[in-house]
Amino acid sequence: MEFVLLIFLPIVAALFIPFLFKRMKRIHTGWFVLAVPLVLFLYYATYIPSTMDGGHAISELQWIPSLGISFVSYIDGLSLLFSLLITGIGSLVVLYSIFYLDKNKEKLGNFYVYLLLFMSAMLGVVQSDNVISLYLFWELTSISSFLLIGYWYTRDRSRFGALKSMMITVFGGLMMLGGFVLLGIMGDTYSIRELIASAPDFVGHDYFTLALVLLLLGAFTKSAQFPFYIWLPDAMEAPTPVSAYLHSATMVKAGLYLVARFTPIFAFSEVWVWLVTGIGLLTLFWGSLFAVKQTDLKAILAFSTVSQLGLIMSLLGAGAITFHSDDAVFKFAMFAAIFHLINHATFKGSLFMIAGIVDHETGTRDIRKLGGLMSIMPVSFSVAFIGSMSMAGLPPFNGFLSKEMFLQSMVAIRQFELFQFDTWGILFPVIAWIASVFTFVYSFYFVFRTFAGKRKEGQLPQEPHEAPVGMLVSPIILGVLVVGIFFIPNLVAKWLIKPAVAAIQPNLYSQPGDIDIHVAAWHGFKSVELWLTVGVIIVGALLFISLSKWQKVYGLQPAKFSLNALYDGMMSFSEKGMNRISRFYMTGLIRTYMIYIFAFISVAVLVILFTQDAFVVDMDSFAHIGVYSVINAVILLLAVCFVLLSKTRLAAIIALGAVGYSVALFFVIFKAPDLALTQLVIETVSVALFLLAFKHLPALKDHGETVKTKMTNGIVAIGVGITVTLVALSAHSQKLIPSIAQYYKDTVKTEAGGGNIVNVILVDYRGFDTLFEIAVLSIAGIGVLGMIKLRLGRKENSDENK
Amino acid sequence: MRTNDVILQTTTKVVFFIIFLFAIHIFFAGHYTPGGGFVGGLLTTGALVLLLLAFDLKTVQKALPFNFVIVIGIGLLLALGTAAGSILFNVPFFTHAFDDFTLPLFGETSLHTAMLFDAGVYLVVVGSAMTIIQSIGGDA
Repeated sequence: MEFVLLIFLPIVAALFIPFLFKRMKRIHTGWFVLAVPLVLFLYYATYIPSTMDGGHAISELQWIPSLGISFVSYIDGLSLLFSLLITGIGSLVVLYSIFYLDKNKEKLGNFYVYLLLFMSAMLGVVQSDNVISLYLFWELTSISSFLLIGYWYTRDRSRFGALKSMMITVFGGLMMLGGFVLLGIMGDTYSIRELIASAPDFVGHDYFTLALVLLLLGAFTKSAQFPFYIWLPDAMEAPTPVSAYLHSATMVKAGLYLVARFTPIFAFSEVWVWLVTGIGLLTLFWGSLFAVKQTDLKAILAFSTVSQLGLIMSLLGAGAITFHSDDAVFKFAMFAAIFHLINHATFKGSLFMIAGIVDHETGTRDIRKLGGLMSIMPVSFSVAFIGSMSMAGLPPFNGFLSKEMFLQSMVAIRQFELFQFDTWGILFPVIAWIASVFTFVYSFYFVFRTFAGKRKEGQLPQEPHEAPVGMLVSPIILGVLVVGIFFIPNLVAKWLIKPAVAAIQPNLYSQPGDIDIHVAAWHGFKSVELWLTVGVIIVGALLFISLSKWQKVYGLQPAKFSLNALYDGMMSFSEKGMNRISRFYMTGLIRTYMIYIFAFISVAVLVILFTQDAFVVDMDSFAHIGVYSVINAVILLLAVCFVLLSKTRLAAIIALGAVGYSVALFFVIFKAPDLALTQLVIETVSVALFLLAFKHLPALKDHGETVKTKMTNGIVAIGVGITVTLVALSAHSQKLIPSIAQYYKDTVKTEAGGGNIVNVILVDYRGFDTLFEIAVLSIAGIGVLGMIKLRLGRKENSDENK
Repeated sequence: MRTNDVILQTTTKVVFFIIFLFAIHIFFAGHYTPGGGFVGGLLTTGALVLLLLAFDLKTVQKALPFNFVIVIGIGLLLALGTAAGSILFNVPFFTHAFDDFTLPLFGETSLHTAMLFDAGVYLVVVGSAMTIIQSIGGDA
């Protein structure tokens, strides 16, 4: 089967959703949607055995073959892992949303259409082998994320958050497209596999570093890295299932995927290693630091997601070191990155769902109002506890294992001797450790401020109670995974992690079996990371206990100097600036616009005509001027003058008709019956139309024109007239290209089966022109209808604009 | 308002059909002699405008109860459908087909898919022009 088509399965399913939502009112639409990710998950799971052996599968669907653009589904360890995450977490999230979103109050039709759209887009991102179609899917994830964040579009904050996320991620996407194009120029192909194969030749190419930076901009904006992370906290306005799915488990990991996928191409560069590791670590630190400041449950999780994404990013950067050094200590980083990516999806997904449950059952997410829910919501608390402890990096949860490997990798960076890491390398473990301390603090802050302590009576909008069973199923499954992975890490490694790592580091491993990393919870007392973890626990615990004393420190940062203020400033500056520019030339007067248009046409055409030496008049090529032509021309000129000088509208209309008829006579004189016929009928119809509308037209009167405006009008009119005349003369005299007339004469019978060339041109040779012309004509007709009907409507209902 | 246009009305009743038939003739003749969908459509519009001038808008609407916006739609569909139909026969978009047939009454006749396309043009022209004229003329 062509499994590339499966990428589009969710979109196809989305077509039926509005129908199901309208017709099947009694069944929650989510139940139908659930089947899609579930089926896909089971299908993709069948690929595990083949990727475990280092195999891969390709399926291709041509799109624009002439430009080398196609949809290629390339399934190897890395894309399979992501596909399973997308469909697996997707199933759980859809299940959760069935209980989270009320089927009677919410616009489920919209919600699930957007969600399925996203699913297709995300599968496309991780499976595409062609960078152009990857870009297409990439922007589609941004758009569906925009739609989902703005799902409750009546709220100001939702619209703001949706726009912010789109501005930033689409900006990054466009940068990334630039990077792709440069890569395409360097490698003369858009296929990622072929690019990787020729990657060593790119080093030192002029575009190499530029392409690298552009690509990273795309990855960093999408994965909410510093300083682009600011969209993620605002994206929390989305319904919680969306936050759990897009903004923690899948979409924000697209940037990580991109970095991982392009590691074999760019890892040879020093800039890559520094940027990815450095920005990742900075984001990790920054996010964890500011997570403690937040008071909204979902905001805490948003900052923690930012921070955890930074952690994985820095590991991906550290993993790139293996392209420069064979030392075994660096091999852990990439493994740890993929491992933590899986772990993060499990524990963060469950935490988001719990935050949603708390919000749903108590009516608030403000941590200052919450507390003491442990006894009321024991199941939720247990899941939240498991998730938080895993996030803090404590045993016996999966976060502990990957966190240890992270610390180990950061410590190992000190031993890297290239690119000045030997001097600056010491910073990496230090920052990583401090960030881990804050991670510990916010994990505890999240779970214990919500569930432990005293209940704050009367502060909650609703009487809290435990969530319905259906809503708890998904977080419990994820919670079980969090614990389960701790006990069977090497099985997970064999199935999922090693195939993915082998796909990222083809230089080290030819197949997943070559990776000799064994995950263990216990490395003995001599291991550095153990003592680092112990340090984290001690310092973190102290900081958590004294939290209320130092949390005020965050208030010191003035709001003016935050990145959010920078974003707001930029937005309002560009809005105001653009407004000012548009106001400057958009006067709202048709006359002004006409002057722009006509002045531009005549200036541009005349300049080109004379600078390009295109102006030629060949007197010999002109037709003989007969006496009829002269008489006709005189009539024409007189009629035009009459139009300009007439005092009444009726006279002007009749004179205009005379102009048209004399032009038609010219067509007759020069033997163009089709044109003459058309011109005559058009003149008739338009004069009749004028007469029909005549009684509605106001009297022809002075519109307050001054001498100055009349002069301007005159100059513009004469300019356009001269331009058109000169162009017509030159066009007739220039014979650069042989006339196509002969071709028409030769083929009109044989190829087109007609006799009248003019008509055959209209319907056959240049049928496209006619097709679009009649489309324009239709739009004009409907436009006039709309304009007049609208005006009538406004008369009756004059306060429409209020 | 209209009191003394008996002559106009009486002539119109006859002339309308002459113009209309001429329009149809010009439309069909288009592929071999001057004419075609565009002129045919305009000529038909001219005939209709004559009706509008002789009688008033309401009477004409009663006599010809078309919604001209729908006529536009049918015309566009016909044109686009003819152009797209070629895809079904695995030839590029807009490939026309033609052949000679012997039909009853007409005898040896050349039939051409371009005629269908032209019919679309005809309908769009009539529809658009009449939509514009009716909305402007009816805006009292």
